[in-house]
Amino acid sequence: MIMKFRIFRYDPDKDVEPYYQSYEVEASPKDRILDCLNRIRAEKDPTLSFRMSCGHGVCGSDGMRINGTSALACQKLVKDFKENEEVLIEPLQVFRVIKDLVVDMDPFFERYYSVKPYLITKTLAPDKERLQSIEEHKMFEGAIRCILCACCTASCPVNLDKATEAYIGPAALVRSFRYLFDSRDEGSKERIALLDNKDGAWGCQTKWMCTKVCPKEIPVTKEIFEVKKRILESKKGRM
Amino acid sequence: MNFKHDIVIVGSGLAGLRAAVECVEEADVAIVSKVLPTRSHSGAAQGGITASIGNEEEDHWEWHMFDTVKGSDYLADQDAVEIMVKDAPRVIYELEHMGVPFSRNAEGKIAQRNFGGHTSEYGKKPVKRACYASDRTGRVVLDTLYDQCLRHNVKFYQEHYVLSLVFEKGKCSGLVTYDLSSGELNLIEAKTVLLATGGCGRIFKTTSNGFASTGDGLNLAHGAGIPLMDMEFVQFHPTGLYPLGILVSEAARGEGGILRNNLGERFMERYAPTVKDLAARDVVSRAILTEVREGRGFEGGYVHLDLTHLGEEKILEKLWEITSFVRIYLGIDPVHEPVPVYPTCHYLMGGIPTDSDGRVLQDESGTITEGLYAAGECACVSVHGANRLGCNSLLDTLVFGRRCGLAMKKDIPEIEHDPVSDEPLKKGKEMIASLLERKGSEKIDGVRRNMQLVMMDYCSVFRDEEGLNKGIENIRLLKTRFNDVEIVNKGRNFNYELMEAVELGHQLDLAEVILLSALHRKESRGAHFREDFPARDDKNFLKHTFFFREAPEVKYKPVAITRFRPEARVY
Repeated sequence: MIMKFRIFRYDPDKDVEPYYQSYEVEASPKDRILDCLNRIRAEKDPTLSFRMSCGHGVCGSDGMRINGTSALACQKLVKDFKENEEVLIEPLQVFRVIKDLVVDMDPFFERYYSVKPYLITKTLAPDKERLQSIEEHKMFEGAIRCILCACCTASCPVNLDKATEAYIGPAALVRSFRYLFDSRDEGSKERIALLDNKDGAWGCQTKWMCTKVCPKEIPVTKEIFEVKKRILESKKGRM
Repeated sequence: MNFKHDIVIVGSGLAGLRAAVECVEEADVAIVSKVLPTRSHSGAAQGGITASIGNEEEDHWEWHMFDTVKGSDYLADQDAVEIMVKDAPRVIYELEHMGVPFSRNAEGKIAQRNFGGHTSEYGKKPVKRACYASDRTGRVVLDTLYDQCLRHNVKFYQEHYVLSLVFEKGKCSGLVTYDLSSGELNLIEAKTVLLATGGCGRIFKTTSNGFASTGDGLNLAHGAGIPLMDMEFVQFHPTGLYPLGILVSEAARGEGGILRNNLGERFMERYAPTVKDLAARDVVSRAILTEVREGRGFEGGYVHLDLTHLGEEKILEKLWEITSFVRIYLGIDPVHEPVPVYPTCHYLMGGIPTDSDGRVLQDESGTITEGLYAAGECACVSVHGANRLGCNSLLDTLVFGRRCGLAMKKDIPEIEHDPVSDEPLKKGKEMIASLLERKGSEKIDGVRRNMQLVMMDYCSVFRDEEGLNKGIENIRLLKTRFNDVEIVNKGRNFNYELMEAVELGHQLDLAEVILLSALHRKESRGAHFREDFPARDDKNFLKHTFFFREAPEVKYKPVAITRFRPEARVY
């Protein structure tokens, strides 16, 4: 079958402004959209730029907007689209476009790092492992599926709104959740201090877009809710 | 631009990150990577990391060592294997203390599961040795180590592609990089360089490897005069998802999954009566393809991996990722239907020869290359010999990545930066310019696709002299065609076509090295199976291949045998 695409193009070296370009490629129903993009590059237009690495939804490189929704190009198959439909491919929103579908991920990783995404411990580690029950592990297990693809943050209406764009975004909050609810972590206090502000956990307006687009099916909004609850509980505890 | 660091690490996978964490407190460390952080292929490792911590049942490092040596078909260097397996428990506890979210058992300890070739009492029965985090072990370790690097201010040159290694008077003194985001070339001076660039699975059509696994580091070293060791040993993982080649972790069989042919038979009972589906990977891959050849496979050349008896709860808890892959890519639910699988190119046992501290060797007699280290899949210590056991690769990256870090930080105070001339940078610029100016009728994709087919046809699971010779002839033809590749994209930013041209040059060189190394080894051992020489020949070939760029191309090095004499390898 023939697949039609309309792709966002922008090369700051020669384009005054972005434009859209149409392509048609041969495809089979089980092909990934990523396969189609590679075919376009190989057969039609080698100047098209996009990131990719593992090709099966583990590395998080190929987040982009497909028909307006953030997704991984390696996780969407041709058969999910209608044959004569022109599939619209655009870069992730929220982030600055560097070239075509490649966006500047630095701010994403900076915000990610701002929540101290590592285990904080105060007590001395035992000789062997720190114990953790199966139930305790289950508390945060969904969150460790996160691959930092940024689909959630790029779809969040709060991050998209210029007035509230300083919000650290769902991905950073998923990581916060992961450590706040890890029974081994002893950094609750400093984590909560980082999150208890209008651009932290309270920036979330429960719009559910993050949950809807997450390629790893993480219950992002619920986890952010749990973070907010934990912040409130810590305040109650102090009173 | 010119930059200067004490230690420059190429590659941001597990080996590179672990090395950086080790030495960053005492040295100025930078990591160069052609992809963004956390996109490296270590993240795709699923099943686990082996260590004889005995959380589920009795286990000992001696058993782990025996299994690794037997798995290697007795080609691994036993002194190096001993270092690795003895260090494994420390590695696991260290990762746990850093925060890696390992799955747990009922006692709250790190859970362990079965994996191919791992046994108790020297082969008597399968043992639970693999420590895991569901089936995303590589990814969570990668994330954890990346976070440690950020915490300790490791400098990252992300999306920088290494064009060449710089040598001054025989010592590696830095490298030239191409900045993908700007097209600028940089000279990064270093007191010492670590290559941790991973494997080269993308030389083959069917592979579990990501797009970035093009073997750049291997060929950069080879181009600088370093021999490549045991390159004929390329592992085909038995269970690649048909027809994509994506990895379906051995954990699926470790948790009880069974391989079945088109008659519904559990055929591994015939090939490995004791451990059955949990035999070493080379054994299972040959078994699958033998079933297919003898007409007991399914049309297209695959068999079934049956998980349906495990139940939804266990499948989703222990094998969430692969369940998701199967559902997305094939529209099949492994809870209710068998999964079609076939062997997929997965891992390079061979690589840049190193000692057990990661120092790169220049020859078969062990001469050290000053200023150059290698670790992880691109290196060959050799702990995997002719066939790697599952879950030993993450262990390898973490043990030897750390050892490189330790050795490098010890070196640093003794070393001064060499005065580096502008010559390497000038050469890099000329190389890029000449690539961009090249006129011709060939395209990267056409040559690359052909190379991948040639390697599948002549150099995958089954090999023979005639095929290997055909393969060599074909690859040499493709090298000529490669000189006619024209790069259409002349842009400066994110010009992937240009990078892929350089990658393809490396891939073609490596393909030829693999074929030639395979041609010279006239025996069958581990992953290298010669139909014209189907038996292992310890008398003539219990030795490592060293492949040099200049004639005589092939030399050999004896295997270090300390505890286990070679014996028949039966599972």
